[in-house]
Amino acid sequence: MIAELGHFALALALVLAIVQSVVPLYGASRGEPALMALGGSTAIGQFALVALAFVALAHAYVTSDFSLATVAENSHSSKPLLYKITGVWSNHEGSMVLWVLILTLFGAAVAWFGTGLPPDLRARVLAVQGMIGAGFFAFILFTSNPFLRLEPAPLDGRGMNPILQDLGLAIHPPFLYLGYVGFSVSFCFAVAALIEGRVDAAWARWVRPWTLAAWCALTIGIALGSWWAYYTLGWGGWWYWDPVENASFMPWLLGTALLHSAIVVEKRDALKTWTILLAIVTFALSLIGTFLVRSGVLTSVHAFAIDPARGAFILLLLIVAIGGPLILYAIRAPSLQGGGLFAPISREGALVLNNLLLTTGAATVFIGTLYPLFLDGMGGDKVSVGFPFFNRTFVPLMVPLLIAIPFGPLLGWKRGDLLAASQRLIFAAGAAIGLVLAVLLLVKPAAVLATLGLGLAAWIGTGSLVEWSERVQLFRAPLKDTLARARHLPRAAYGVTLAHLGVAVTVAGIAASAWESERIELVHPGDSVSIAGYDLRLDKVESVPGPNYTADRGTVTVTRQGAPVAVMHPEKRFFTVQQMPTTFTAINTDLLSDLYVVLADGDGKGAWTLRVYQKPLVPWIWLGCGVMALGGLASLSDRRWRVGAAVRRGRAAAGAAADD
Amino acid sequence: MTRKRKRLLVVLLGLGMLGIASALVLFAFNDNLVFFMSPSDLASKGAPETRRLRLGGLVETGSVAREADGHTIDFRITDGNSAVPVVFSGVLPDLFREGQGVVVEGAMAKNGVFRADTVLAKHDERYMPPEVADALKKAGHWQGEHPSANAAQAKP
Repeated sequence: MIAELGHFALALALVLAIVQSVVPLYGASRGEPALMALGGSTAIGQFALVALAFVALAHAYVTSDFSLATVAENSHSSKPLLYKITGVWSNHEGSMVLWVLILTLFGAAVAWFGTGLPPDLRARVLAVQGMIGAGFFAFILFTSNPFLRLEPAPLDGRGMNPILQDLGLAIHPPFLYLGYVGFSVSFCFAVAALIEGRVDAAWARWVRPWTLAAWCALTIGIALGSWWAYYTLGWGGWWYWDPVENASFMPWLLGTALLHSAIVVEKRDALKTWTILLAIVTFALSLIGTFLVRSGVLTSVHAFAIDPARGAFILLLLIVAIGGPLILYAIRAPSLQGGGLFAPISREGALVLNNLLLTTGAATVFIGTLYPLFLDGMGGDKVSVGFPFFNRTFVPLMVPLLIAIPFGPLLGWKRGDLLAASQRLIFAAGAAIGLVLAVLLLVKPAAVLATLGLGLAAWIGTGSLVEWSERVQLFRAPLKDTLARARHLPRAAYGVTLAHLGVAVTVAGIAASAWESERIELVHPGDSVSIAGYDLRLDKVESVPGPNYTADRGTVTVTRQGAPVAVMHPEKRFFTVQQMPTTFTAINTDLLSDLYVVLADGDGKGAWTLRVYQKPLVPWIWLGCGVMALGGLASLSDRRWRVGAAVRRGRAAAGAAADD
Repeated sequence: MTRKRKRLLVVLLGLGMLGIASALVLFAFNDNLVFFMSPSDLASKGAPETRRLRLGGLVETGSVAREADGHTIDFRITDGNSAVPVVFSGVLPDLFREGQGVVVEGAMAKNGVFRADTVLAKHDERYMPPEVADALKKAGHWQGEHPSANAAQAKP
């Protein structure tokens, strides 16, 4: 009964979405306030309905209602409660429900917080949001309905893929979707602006916070996914250039570009058409990303569902959602006049360079990800594109971008002074060169490229701090003045510094992976493996029961020159329902390096294969992503986005054509 | 600088960037495309020398042997018509089993043994790599889709 209620709620949401995509648009073109205002009510109504459907589905999972096909396929009565709940979105149908839940959440948020928007812009934004919603509701109801019943109902479910039974992965999809779907708001704003034929600084000020929020969520989502791959797969890798990973990385790259180009629209009223295009393409790639993964067309280390029946619908949805706005763009973009002029060497120029490099980088990732698919579709050879391809294409494009990071914030708007900026960065250059020399002299074995990578990280890190210290006049003004300046510095400025620092931390973590060491050895209990100065003794392997698995649990004592460091417990788990083994790695971290132990197969005669890694600075990769997201949040909390501030500024901007 | 010249500069810069990117992509494609072959393909066409390959099929039943060092494993990959001996040193994925579909990546050695440095068995025992499924179909040994091929997904 409850499931039918959820099903009905989804159907009603489809109807509301169709109403929302037509009526406010008509109202805006006719200037009818009542029709325009309808969009707000339907957006909130849609959210309530989808929330109801989601709760109904979660209820079916929690109570193990195996008469629902998706629950029977993906859940099991013996599964811990937490994974019964996260099981809702660990399969195709449920994850699409999560997708629309977040979509309607953002729609409702625009309705709630967008009261300061001009009513016609708000109506058009919500109408476009309604169109996306309608497409997705139809997709769910017609091809991926989670509420279909089984007759007769099986006694128990097939269980959930054991490697998905993990907290890190449980919260990874919601964050990823918050990011993907968050970009739908900038997309809707872009399409609404094209319909209106007007883009101004106020428009950019409304778009930026949504883009920032989506970008933060996507950054965290990608970091969580990478971290999960690192500790669950037992291969010690954290990024494989796997198509599924690329699918989330491309929107991130373009979202980062969008974040930066929207600054130019906001401050200088320039780069308008480009920003609109970026907003459209960013969301387009989010859609492509969702569907690439969901439709299972790509070969990947990830397991996929393959259902050709969904293919046609997906393709149609993509063509309409991407082609429509692009045609609109082609018609309307030439009429959007650019504003402020700027010299090539200027803040705007630096942001253009940032955008060019990020979009070209995203294009190479796109080619590498989709070329095998394209070739296969053309009836050509079956090929795969691995990490050497991306190392040779994407990385060379990112190096100049990373070098340019500290210059950007130091250049003035309109016309910058590169020489003056370089002089201020002498300290950062000194720090980078010093680090490179020190590492080359002290660290063995020598790894030149990785050392340069560390130098690059030091350059970005100190460069960002130099910019901050310039702003607060550190050591130049009396300390009291400096503190006062630091307090009054806008949060957005801290956001920039933090986000760029985060990049430096991540780059350092990536570069240092050149110094990792690995050992694979067959050991008997009592024997030791030595790695990077640590001795790991396998004390025993015993069989222990888990909630829905049994495990071989190793006890490994770690010492360094005789002094105890840690006791680690790697496991090999065997999930009884799925008859499937998984690896549970043991990781000991001090935030400067990780010890990573995997208990692999036994030889049946009492000896076990241990795979051991020592990985310097690897936690910094995810730490840096966290700092980046923190920077985004700091920026998001800036005074000028506060509810109310936007209203005042918005009206002022609507009155006078441009401000700032 | 006039608007026109500014736009020209940006367009030129963009084109330059695209040029560099295309050059990088073409060079990388030249060396780094990894072709997929089935054991029958290898038997009929032979292996391209010194080129990385992906080889896919089923792990032949009874062929898996572990060498004395504990982490070098010999096995054979078959598509029903031909079989290729493979040697791999490292830790096998959890789902590596005899009779299971796998894809290995590496290169053909002179002695006719495929040296694999990566073994991909999928995260889900109900899943068959699509290339392997195609290769088996071509070889005429396709058993049909597992009834629950519509399996859970590892990552959204």
